[in-house]
Amino acid sequence: MSKDIRIKKGLDVKLIGSAEHETTHLPLGSLYAIRPDDFHGVIPKILAKEGTEVKAGQALFYNKSDERILFPSPVSGKVTEIVRGARRKVLEIKITANSTQAFEDFGTKDVSVMSGEEVKNHLFTSGCWPFIKQRPYDVVANPNQAPKAIFVSGHASAPLAADLDYTLKGKEAELQTALTALTKLTEGKVHVSVASSKSPLAGLNGVELHNVSGPHPVGNVSTQIAQVNPINKGEVVWVVTPQDLVVIGELFLTGKFNATRTIALTGSKFKTPKYVTALAGANISDLVKGNLEEANARVISGNVLSGLQVGENGFLGYYENQVTAIPEGDDYELFGWNKPVFNKISTTRALTFSWLNPKKKYDLNTNTNGEHRAFVVTGAYEEVFPLDIFPMQLLKACMYKDIDEMEGLGAYEIAPEDFALTEFICVSKQPHQKIIREGLDMMREELG
Amino acid sequence: MGLKQNLHNLKEKYKGTKMAPLFNGFHTFLYLPNETTHGGTHIKAADDLKRTMNTVIMALIPCLIFGMFNAGYQHHVVTGEVERVTGFFSGNFWNLSNLWIGAIKVLPLVIVSYVVGLAIEFVFCIIKGHEIEEGYLVTGMLVPLIVPVDLPLWMLAVAVAFGVVIGKEVFGGTGMNILNPALTIRAFLFFAYPTWMSGDKVWVHDAVAKSGGADAISGETVLGSLAQSQPLDYSVADMFFGFIPGSVGETSTFLILLGALFLIFTKIGSWRIMLSSVIGALVMGFIFNFVVSSGIIGETSKFYGLMNLDFWKHLLIGGFAFGVVYMATDPVTASQTNKGKWIYGFLIGFISIMIRVFNPAYPEGVMLAILLMNVFAPTIDHYVVQGNVKRRLKRTKVKTA
Repeated sequence: MSKDIRIKKGLDVKLIGSAEHETTHLPLGSLYAIRPDDFHGVIPKILAKEGTEVKAGQALFYNKSDERILFPSPVSGKVTEIVRGARRKVLEIKITANSTQAFEDFGTKDVSVMSGEEVKNHLFTSGCWPFIKQRPYDVVANPNQAPKAIFVSGHASAPLAADLDYTLKGKEAELQTALTALTKLTEGKVHVSVASSKSPLAGLNGVELHNVSGPHPVGNVSTQIAQVNPINKGEVVWVVTPQDLVVIGELFLTGKFNATRTIALTGSKFKTPKYVTALAGANISDLVKGNLEEANARVISGNVLSGLQVGENGFLGYYENQVTAIPEGDDYELFGWNKPVFNKISTTRALTFSWLNPKKKYDLNTNTNGEHRAFVVTGAYEEVFPLDIFPMQLLKACMYKDIDEMEGLGAYEIAPEDFALTEFICVSKQPHQKIIREGLDMMREELG
Repeated sequence: MGLKQNLHNLKEKYKGTKMAPLFNGFHTFLYLPNETTHGGTHIKAADDLKRTMNTVIMALIPCLIFGMFNAGYQHHVVTGEVERVTGFFSGNFWNLSNLWIGAIKVLPLVIVSYVVGLAIEFVFCIIKGHEIEEGYLVTGMLVPLIVPVDLPLWMLAVAVAFGVVIGKEVFGGTGMNILNPALTIRAFLFFAYPTWMSGDKVWVHDAVAKSGGADAISGETVLGSLAQSQPLDYSVADMFFGFIPGSVGETSTFLILLGALFLIFTKIGSWRIMLSSVIGALVMGFIFNFVVSSGIIGETSKFYGLMNLDFWKHLLIGGFAFGVVYMATDPVTASQTNKGKWIYGFLIGFISIMIRVFNPAYPEGVMLAILLMNVFAPTIDHYVVQGNVKRRLKRTKVKTA
């Protein structure tokens, strides 16, 4: 069987504002924040109360359901505020950084001689465990289950996504170390996918390499899992992003937890879209200072399809390596529903003309281009959905909460981000990712 | 700025009130709303349901215009005022006196259909407090095109009210209905007023009023005369271009074909359903031809006329083309899976011709065939989806075995 992953169904959403290959090294910012909500399904138990001095790598809180899973501070400083919401839910843990960084020392390790259990424990104590996520349910991995395989997608196909070949350049040693560590955690294989042979991930040992080609969502891990080794009921697959592999690798090599990564600033609202270096949880305003056209901009931590709206004063998500800024679309458009459209993307040709020029880049805004409706149109989602799953039937099963049907239709194989494209093209403007997220949460609650 | 700002202020003022959906319904026809995305994707594709529905209506407009000319033309032909046309651009067809008859007969049908139907939609939306959905825009245009030209307006109004309430709203409105609302309306007319709807008089304007008198005119449709085993007195070109009596908008196979190509090109209509329906109809027609040619059915049989019709001519007569292109493809009531669409379409074509041949009292089978398949579409989908589920289960079993 060929190890290449090639898909035809999908859609590349081409937007203005892809980042130029130029990296600015930013000085350390003053304020950082960790959002427990970034770790979906985790109920935080606070370890570092307000006023505590923490080092980079020191745990801020742990997972209520498994106290071994620690969540570290990306920066050394003082916990200045724990923002709570309704029912005292922890929304943000704010840390004011010290001018000099002190790192918690976890000691250098030689991965090649470590056992799986040792690797696991090292990841627990150093707070690197949350980087490992799992399918099903798309949550932080449950360490008590054995994964049948581990997947790393070295190709980001989402709109304007950071060019991983560029951001990971020179990190081969860290990547190799981290992947070697991962191979100890599974009986199965570690699958790594790359889009080109130039990728820093292309020449690594001990992993199964796949070449991917095709439109978005070929870079989504679910797409790759489905092509290589689809998840069946009762099976678990772990997933790590390449930028997090670098952090894990550096931990083993230097003993330090260094959450620095290269962030792509993308979107039409940036004066010069480019790359910057920053820590996870960094304040967005530090990253975008002087580069953002502030008026009427929506600032998103992540990509335009599944990122989170954070605003200019928000914080970079824990897993994100991209900040996107696009214009808000809160304006009326005269006869916008029936006039010919040249400046927006569409998969139909109903007086929409994006099919004329498939290479054109668009400056899309956040307007919904229509109101929320019941599901009417059929057959459109399948065109952009590469998995062997009936997307609309699965969405409806989530909406009427039929767990048996969700299971049968393949809910174990998907993450909300897989429904980003169907949500994008949805004529009825239904919130697909939210429906899927709620469906998966319900399944997880009922089935554990 | 003025109008936009004023309307925006009004919208804010009525927000949350009972009348808000009504106001928004009209407002959104003028302006694309200012809604932005929350959570989920931050950008959305250009299409909304209004655009989708509008595309279907655009594909129907040529049929409507042709139907108006044809209404007058058929009237004038049977009264002897004009000669039969010789070509598509004949002045005997495209003239103002034809259009005038069409306008006074067809436009009221359009207006009644929209006014009654939309009024009911509005009432339900206000009661339920949800936005007005666009489903009726297409239904309201389909209905006048699939009824006979001389249909009394009150009958149409009653039928529309029935169709919208029973066919759609009781199921929860647009997107939830099982039966195609336009066909529910048509079926209601057929079963509630059978003597009116199935006679040979209603298809041409004035034929009913003049029947029995000295200047009585005939309004027989092609199907009607075939069902009585009378010879076909229209040429293939007449049937293809639509210069024949019939329901308002469904006579011109040529324009329907153009509409079909437009719908397929815009990706709004399902080519799978259209193609498989045509295949189904041809297969059934071919079987009947075979039955006749092998002598199983003789000339004395009452089915002979329609059975003996060359199989491909079935596509040109009656409402078959119109039904397949505009009504079988309704995404809500059709099969929703791609494989299901092939099965669904094929059976529509197959059953249409079967009903057409075996039911001489009402030789138009496509309406009943589509309604029947509407009912079976969820079943077809169920088996297609179960196929996917079983494949997944099998994968697990192979693994564990």
